Amino acid sequence: MTQQEVRLCGLLLQEHFGEVVEKVAVHLLRTGAQTLRGIAQETSTPLDLVKKSLCVLAQHGMCEFRRGRRGPAGAVEYLATSERILRILRYPRYIYTAKTLYGDTGELIVEEVLQRGHMTMSGSVKTVADRLTHNMEEGRSMDYSEVVTAFSKLVETHFIQRCPPVADVGAAPPAAGPGAQAAPAAPPSPADSHPERYTLPHVKLTGRGKRRHPSEESEGEQRGAKRAKMDTSESSGDTGIYWQVNFDRFHQHFRDQAIVSAVASKLDQTSSEIVRTMLRMSEVTTTPTAACTQPLSANEIFRALPPSYSITRPVLEQYLSLLVDDPMEFVGKSGESGGGMYVVNLHKALATLSRATLESVVQERFGSRSARIFRLLLRKRHLEQKQVEDFAMIPAKEAKDMLYTLLSENLVQLQEIPKTPDHAPSRTFYLYTVNPLPTARLLLQHCYKAVGNLMERRQYETKENKRLLEKSQRIEAILASLQASGAEPSQLTEVEEMITAPERQQLQALRHHVNKLDSSENQVDETIFLLESYINSTQTSR
Amino acid sequence: MAGRGRGRGRGQLSFNMEAVGIGKGENLPPSTLQPTPPFPPMEHKPVPLQTSEEAEYMLALKQELRGAMKSLPFYIRPAAPKKDVERYSDKYQSTEPTDNTIEWDPDWKRLPKELRIRVRKPLKEKVSAVPRSSKQTGVDKEEIIRKLETLEKKEEEVSSDEEGRERKKQDEEEQEGEEEYDEEEFEEETDYIMSYFDNGEEFGGDSDDNMDEAIY
Repeated sequence: MTQQEVRLCGLLLQEHFGEVVEKVAVHLLRTGAQTLRGIAQETSTPLDLVKKSLCVLAQHGMCEFRRGRRGPAGAVEYLATSERILRILRYPRYIYTAKTLYGDTGELIVEEVLQRGHMTMSGSVKTVADRLTHNMEEGRSMDYSEVVTAFSKLVETHFIQRCPPVADVGAAPPAAGPGAQAAPAAPPSPADSHPERYTLPHVKLTGRGKRRHPSEESEGEQRGAKRAKMDTSESSGDTGIYWQVNFDRFHQHFRDQAIVSAVASKLDQTSSEIVRTMLRMSEVTTTPTAACTQPLSANEIFRALPPSYSITRPVLEQYLSLLVDDPMEFVGKSGESGGGMYVVNLHKALATLSRATLESVVQERFGSRSARIFRLLLRKRHLEQKQVEDFAMIPAKEAKDMLYTLLSENLVQLQEIPKTPDHAPSRTFYLYTVNPLPTARLLLQHCYKAVGNLMERRQYETKENKRLLEKSQRIEAILASLQASGAEPSQLTEVEEMITAPERQQLQALRHHVNKLDSSENQVDETIFLLESYINSTQTSR
Repeated sequence: MAGRGRGRGRGQLSFNMEAVGIGKGENLPPSTLQPTPPFPPMEHKPVPLQTSEEAEYMLALKQELRGAMKSLPFYIRPAAPKKDVERYSDKYQSTEPTDNTIEWDPDWKRLPKELRIRVRKPLKEKVSAVPRSSKQTGVDKEEIIRKLETLEKKEEEVSSDEEGRERKKQDEEEQEGEEEYDEEEFEEETDYIMSYFDNGEEFGGDSDDNMDEAIY
């Protein structure tokens, strides 16, 4: 947990859940596990507000709680999870991905679940159907069953998963009927059961079982209820079964897309389609943290290729051998049987992609010649200064300058190798090297900082122009009400002119800036994603 | 040159300067004695942002999400600053943090018990879900007694507050039926909260074996 991460978490929480939650969570991030009383006291926040904040955080899976160290009867301790909080930054991307995969319905489902942290299937289906109906023209409405289909597709492809049960003891499926014989000690014990978290087959089974309830109901009594608050629908039979967004699955999808697009830009469209097919085939069989996909034979790949690409068998084989020979090593050959067994090297691909990111960062910040030195060091591992100057074919003086700049930015490391034990400088080799992993970590911190700065700047911009924004909002409201009441056009223009031309310009400039800052945040997050997955992949492969 | 002298002095101690590529005759760059500026000039202009339909849509999604989150019950506003005088009517206008079940209804089964602000409803569930009726009745009796006590106290308070009440009555007359109902509800609730907190220790004591109570 670094300073930058805490800062970014704080900003994100403040924007999405308000200052109180920010205060509580930042306190938790800084100090580690804390009890309710401790938080209230040290943040000097009213107890009720702290409770509410913790409820919000827990609702969104951003804080964990467990029995204290002093045995099972000790006070409950709370712990904020920074990784989860930082995910807020990526919410737009998850929603967008759901849209591209499952259309508007998928988009709204994921959006609702993200906004509410976790919700029951019936709840989300109802809200989404209502929202879709609301957007439709008069007289038409969204059928629940369509939303249910989209929801089940999302679950089948693991994009949405069941929340892990809160307590091990009370984990017996919380049946809807209150008379169910739960284990005697069923109350919410705060133990978080990690091992069961991603048992998706379980999710699928119960998910299907429950799925019928809302659909039956929708078909039975409230087909396309439009904004009708039917309290009878509370008994959809899935109370206590909550669903959350499976971020890992989304990340897997992002990673696959990054690999496919990298292949497409390095080689060509056809080879990227082959890689895409390989990735799709192994989507289900490969664990999210595996270093490479399950081996696939050329025959299998050929059969799974979409026919629209009209790739013949010999062409496929040529492409595969081309991919294997490519220095990126995205695709590897693991055997000869079945016309050759091929795998996609996921971790190697991530390493290559993040390496390319590092290179381009150096190139954009320090120029292409510095990037040349950086690449040289990456390839040759250890070089003396003289060698750097020679290999990079840059005049000694300039090369020195660039090398030292990179060194001072910590992008390049210096390794001393003494010939004698006294470390005498004259009898020591000074070797320059680039360590991709620490450098990636460094860059990741820079990215967090950059996003934090962007957010702060955006908040500053909006604060500076608060009066103007409020005014324009007020005038828009007046205009809307006037239009509704059927006012004359002259009246409308009169109201419109209440915003002067310079003010309008200022507003436009502000909107432009805010948009730019917002999309920068989105785009920095893509880099963050790549670096994070690379760092995580090195941790699991060891 | 002071900078140079220092550089040389240090150079002789740890490494020779030729190894770093600074010849004998060359001047060392002047030493910097102040921190780097917060906004150093950029040597290279940043590349422009990607502009695609995807980026535009994500931008819209992001802004929409930010707006939407503010209107959700999860956006918690800080407590309003304390007013000068405590008014009797405050009690009836309290929309503020005392009760978070107004805003949204979390599943208390998934949360530690101590976070509950209003306990009545979940407790009822528990009565039916957890078979320990004997204890429950004991608690109930205590509760009734306590409730009576607090009611008694309340009555005293109210009599001292009679004036305020009278004034309040006038306002209330328009919406009497509703208000009265609310009042009842509210009183019950506050009682409950008080008794809940009073009870904390005993609760913890008798349910150690259940491990479900936090000790206050």
